[in-house]
Amino acid sequence: MTDVIRADLDWVDSFPTQQVAGYDVRPGRTMPFGATLVSGGVNFSIYSSAAKAVTLVLFKQGEPEPVAELPIPDEFRIGSVWSMTVFNLDYEGIEYGYRVYGPSEVDFRDRFDHTQILADPYARAFSGRNEWGQEPDRSNIYPYRSRLTFEDFDWEGDQPLRIPSVDLVIYELHVRGFTRDPSSGVAQPGTYAGLIEKIPYLKELGVNCVELMPVFEFDEFENSRINAETGERLYNFWGYSTVGFFAPKAGYAATGKFGMQRDEFKNLVKEFHKAGIEVVLDVVFNHTAEGNEYGPTIHFRGLDNRTYYMLTPEGFYYNFSGTGNTLNCNSPIVREYVLSCLRFWASEYHVDGFRFDLAAILGRGPDGAPLENPPLLESMAFDPVLTDCLLIAEAWDAGGLYQVGSFPNYRRWSEWNGKYRDTVRKWIKGDEGVVGDLATRLVGSPDLYWARGACSSINFITCHDGFNLADMVSYNDKHNEANGEHNNDGANDNNSWNCGAEGPTDDPEILRTRTRQMKNAMVLLLTSQGVPMILAGDEVARTQHGNNNAYCHDSELTWMDWNLVDENQEMLRFVSNMIAFRKAHPSLREGHHPHGGDPVGCGYPDVSWHGIRAWQPDWSPQSRLIAMMRNGHNIEGDDNHVYVASNTHWEDHRLELPGLPDGMRWHLFADTAAEAPADVAVPGREPVLADQHGISVGARSSVVLVGRAVAPS
Amino acid sequence: MSFTTTLTRSGNTVIITLVGELDATTAVAFRQEVDRAAEGDVETLVLDMKDLTYLSSAGLRGLVFAKQKMSDGVKIVLVKASDEVERTIRMVGFHHSVVFSDHVPG
Repeated sequence: MTDVIRADLDWVDSFPTQQVAGYDVRPGRTMPFGATLVSGGVNFSIYSSAAKAVTLVLFKQGEPEPVAELPIPDEFRIGSVWSMTVFNLDYEGIEYGYRVYGPSEVDFRDRFDHTQILADPYARAFSGRNEWGQEPDRSNIYPYRSRLTFEDFDWEGDQPLRIPSVDLVIYELHVRGFTRDPSSGVAQPGTYAGLIEKIPYLKELGVNCVELMPVFEFDEFENSRINAETGERLYNFWGYSTVGFFAPKAGYAATGKFGMQRDEFKNLVKEFHKAGIEVVLDVVFNHTAEGNEYGPTIHFRGLDNRTYYMLTPEGFYYNFSGTGNTLNCNSPIVREYVLSCLRFWASEYHVDGFRFDLAAILGRGPDGAPLENPPLLESMAFDPVLTDCLLIAEAWDAGGLYQVGSFPNYRRWSEWNGKYRDTVRKWIKGDEGVVGDLATRLVGSPDLYWARGACSSINFITCHDGFNLADMVSYNDKHNEANGEHNNDGANDNNSWNCGAEGPTDDPEILRTRTRQMKNAMVLLLTSQGVPMILAGDEVARTQHGNNNAYCHDSELTWMDWNLVDENQEMLRFVSNMIAFRKAHPSLREGHHPHGGDPVGCGYPDVSWHGIRAWQPDWSPQSRLIAMMRNGHNIEGDDNHVYVASNTHWEDHRLELPGLPDGMRWHLFADTAAEAPADVAVPGREPVLADQHGISVGARSSVVLVGRAVAPS
Repeated sequence: MSFTTTLTRSGNTVIITLVGELDATTAVAFRQEVDRAAEGDVETLVLDMKDLTYLSSAGLRGLVFAKQKMSDGVKIVLVKASDEVERTIRMVGFHHSVVFSDHVPG
């Protein structure tokens, strides 16, 4: 047996030096910030650039008044950091916060208020909103309470999956909305535990990455109100307003009432990973739940207002987020805060990446001006802990900064490709003057991402913002009356077409057109180069009744209706077969943009364009027909050819097909004009086309062919 | 708050009987008992919970500790865990590491 050199270091710093308010304490360690369990006690550390004193406030869990207030002795302060180790705390039963005293000389940029108890910005768990929708006690002097946590989860060897970006198919979902509806049939609806029960569904659909809408602790009662017209309570359902950046939302955990949301969320990640599905978090670092001058004081505002927020010269909040305040992301302090938060989620929760809400804000300087080389974005791009994490920017903000294609990227960042969405939507509804732009989008938007590669383009047609797919083909205009703002909220440029009637209809012709249009969208999305993203529910044509901004509804309007899995089986089959087709054809998802060369030596350019006549695309502004041929290898490494024809004209067209090498035949994978089940085949089992020279593409329809060797009979 | 444990050993099976309330303040006692159980050759660790009146999240963490303390091959059996405890264990994914049972295995 090998001797192991051991040392029991427990005794280091583990004895109290004095008492404060009856508690044994000693000077703490400045790092890490937050509350950390140490031998015999808890180390509390908090930073404020201008405070003159800090008091640690302890509550017994759920009690209205503090059980103790411990002023941190000034000799415990190092620099601007107050830290103190407190011994013999019942770490499970306490909640903690701080009173922070401002300097006697008041600076107009500060908002110190020691009458308020502040949460710890580094708290890893919060109580106060443990159960979703439970009416808060407005008289609570400390509504969002910091909790102590443990780091003893058994990961059983789990690691982030590191699926190559080229292979990703992302699925955007809302944790609560996905299983809250009784039709979900899960034991714990609307929770992390409930979501686990739907992993087999996602696996069967074929997606391999879920992007979870915000799961950082937020308050569903923020701006909660009753819609005067409907009497319905409106919530902050989406959660794009963070209270606790280091804490998973307790109200999404079935075990939140036991304070075990961290374990439940970790278990969710572990189960996703077991199924081969990555977990990407939609994170909101552009602003916080503290709102504008009239908003609540939660932490930053009372701790160090001028450090954490972008302020106007007069000391008011800049509002580039459209929600009241803007986090001062490129100040060195906040930069470090954001980085440590991301590292924490990557290492402690094993998440596979992040999508940054209104990320253009993360490139603005303290005065709001866009920076050439924003230190925060650069730091993230090169951070050693985040190396394997997806970094996806929503490359615009509410202050008018639109950076799709020009987001400071360090060849590392990818982007929600808003231009892809707009172009493909216009094309699908039959707009003129789009064909050239469409072709650019289909091959991975080289105009935007040539230097970075095609996977920097997260292609999407729908996301939580705006119409979902069914509504995109059912409504010309938004119908947001239920949001209680007289239909003034939500985007007006939807690029949608209702196919002949606004909203629900019995007209079978219109219904057929809508189904076809949805399939057309999925054909383009899943044969485009770049990383496709599907909005949850689109695969079964879930409607939101024309609401294109349903952020405030915790109701059937936003909940996934699982009955649709049976009712819209046709659509579900089409989408899952399209995903399988994408997987079977690496040429559709290579990392580099095609450029018309023949890198695999198959005798054909990697991409070519066709029209009514093969090799003769119609690039005129009036063109509503384009066919794309992709040539390369299939998943077995054999030569193969994929031909995608999209006709947005209201008439059928017969297309001459490009010839194939000897021994190969065109096979029909998908035809959106055909009635199911002829609308889509099983990849690899496509029927051979009887006519090898041409194919008829129906009005507003798409066709997908695969050219390969005829299988030996 | 009262919490007591008794440990009995029969062959390669160790039975810890938990009585009373297992929470953050009493979890230490539980951990020490698990430490004792881990001494010697153990194939099965039985936690008899029939007289456990309360199990807090810190108590649940004690189970995680037990799992990590025991070597990989050790089977952990929870006897007469309440419905709520069993549900919670399932929701946080710990059920992969334990076996639920209605009686102390003989």
